[in-house]
Amino acid sequence: MIILGISAFYHDSAAAIIDGERIIAAAQEERFTRIKHDASFPVKAVEYCLKEAGISIDEVDDIVFFEKPFIKFERLLETYVSFVPRGFSSFKAALPIWVKEKLFQKKIIREMVAQFSDKASDDIDWDSKLKFSEHHLSHAASAFYPSPFDEAIVLTLDGVGEWVTTSVAIGRGNKLDIVKEIHFPHSLGLLYSAFTYYTGFRVNSGEYKVMGLAPYGEPKYTQVILDNLIDVKDDGSYRLDQSYFNYCTGLTMTNKKFEALFGRPARKPDEEALEQFHMDIAASVQEVTEIIVLKLTESLAKETGIRNLCMAGGVALNCVANGKIQRAGHFENIWIQPAAGDAGGALGAAQAVAHLVHDVPRTVQASDNMQGSYLGCEFSTDEIKQRLTEVGAVFEEHSQQEMLKQAAKALAEQNVVGWFQGRMEFGPRALGGRSILGDPRSEAMQKTLNLKIKYRESFRPFAPSVLREHVGEWFDLNGDSPYMLLVDNVKKDKCLAMSDEQEALFGIEKLNIPRSEIPAVTHVDYSARIQTVHEQTNPLYFGLITEFNQLTQCPVVVNTSFNVRGEPIVCTPEDAFNCFMGTEMDVLAIGNVILRKTDQDPALAKDYKHAFKLD
Amino acid sequence: MDLIKELWRFMKARKKFWLMPIIIFSVVIGGLVVFAQGSALAPFIYTLF
Repeated sequence: MIILGISAFYHDSAAAIIDGERIIAAAQEERFTRIKHDASFPVKAVEYCLKEAGISIDEVDDIVFFEKPFIKFERLLETYVSFVPRGFSSFKAALPIWVKEKLFQKKIIREMVAQFSDKASDDIDWDSKLKFSEHHLSHAASAFYPSPFDEAIVLTLDGVGEWVTTSVAIGRGNKLDIVKEIHFPHSLGLLYSAFTYYTGFRVNSGEYKVMGLAPYGEPKYTQVILDNLIDVKDDGSYRLDQSYFNYCTGLTMTNKKFEALFGRPARKPDEEALEQFHMDIAASVQEVTEIIVLKLTESLAKETGIRNLCMAGGVALNCVANGKIQRAGHFENIWIQPAAGDAGGALGAAQAVAHLVHDVPRTVQASDNMQGSYLGCEFSTDEIKQRLTEVGAVFEEHSQQEMLKQAAKALAEQNVVGWFQGRMEFGPRALGGRSILGDPRSEAMQKTLNLKIKYRESFRPFAPSVLREHVGEWFDLNGDSPYMLLVDNVKKDKCLAMSDEQEALFGIEKLNIPRSEIPAVTHVDYSARIQTVHEQTNPLYFGLITEFNQLTQCPVVVNTSFNVRGEPIVCTPEDAFNCFMGTEMDVLAIGNVILRKTDQDPALAKDYKHAFKLD
Repeated sequence: MDLIKELWRFMKARKKFWLMPIIIFSVVIGGLVVFAQGSALAPFIYTLF
């Protein structure tokens, strides 16, 4: 039973292909088109999935779209009707998109898919072949079916799907029943997005910046938010006071009443710098989010007695909140879908149809069924050499062991190393397949990576990749976090106390004070967004960190995604070489091939700083 | 034609026949806006739409 799942038309379009319960491949369209958060139909991702499966589209049993466009249209119309006569500007902006394109999504999907077929579109039995899942069912399926649990509570939280913004499902065996929902316009994701907008970041992509900014602030406005914007019940259910928001009727997230509540207008990112006020706001909305998810998870654990929790949806990428859920201990085990955003909906849609429609039995695996989320394309060393030769790169080929030794040595010598190995990750995180690596012990590494490699805001911290066997020696976390979705503190004995003078520093100045033995990955509140590296899922990355540990007695490296700000993570060896030549990266390890910046033709250097629109 | 059939099936399944006049009104107004503007650009908060 081969099923192709597709998510598209909003943001982060993607395709995934499964054979029964086995995931063959999954990838986001942005990686191929090089357009960040590409929302177009995932033509190239579908093409890749079919190639990886070694089949044609005609051999695919079902094609599943991750949500139901007509129910979304229903929500849109009912929202406008309920607010009339307000909302005409929003109505006027949204309607043409629907009339011209979104009402015809079924037709567009048919046409797009038919281009891969040998048959004419009219000869395909679309009624049986093309199916539509529901947005939150797709998320829930992506969280439960690959998880290592036979029974679990499945919590999905995001901005909005069709109507649902928060759902609770119970998964048992191959069954998944949604038991509770919170509907639009009440949405924890949209509350977070409202503050993302208010603090001057882009909605739908800047939410993680708010999370990164939060540790610099004091949660001074938590009570203001709880008293005015959101009514949170003891079980974690909530309602937003719509008089403070503008997303139902306007083209902004917040309105003048919202601004009056906090005493300032929304920050204009091009004109106004970030101030302590914005950091306090970020800290406050982060705290409110944590309060809600902790109440939700606590009440669900008490109500059901189920000890396993699965999560997906954009809010599940809030790894600070995830870390708190884990530490609260209401659940024995937590598993979060690494592609928790809409891209993961492609996978979930396919899995929902496999298990719920076709009753495909499910085998629970000891770790999980995501294969480390390494579900994208890979290149052989011969192919890498050929592609690099074509772009004029100068490289040396080594044995795999020698490549590992040289890359580890370069890291220990404080070089920034591009790491392009094996299959590309599915989801927003680089997990050691398409990563830029550094030495976490270096006091200068964070600044170097931010300003010379990533070209991004310097307040944002980097994540550590640590050998699973050593995680407990360096961090308070003592379990698995293979997908970099849990935040926990650096062990006290590895931390350095800040003086009162240092504590009083502001923003980036505070970040530059070494706070632990691994300052490059220690945030100002001594937390870290941890990835545990497992030999079973990524033996090469595990081997590299093991070599680095032998050289330095430090089983941790800095891991950031292989891209610059605004660029999708690299997909091909050419993308990697372009990024290498466009930044101040020192070494690139790609397959068994090593490239050094000093060996390259300076004429091939690129202006990468301005090559991508900022996100 | 397919679209009309699908919309009808949708309203029947969701038992929301009261949406029919609103859908007709919206499609006509939306069509006119597209005709007048010549293009349809995604608004700022595109997730919602």
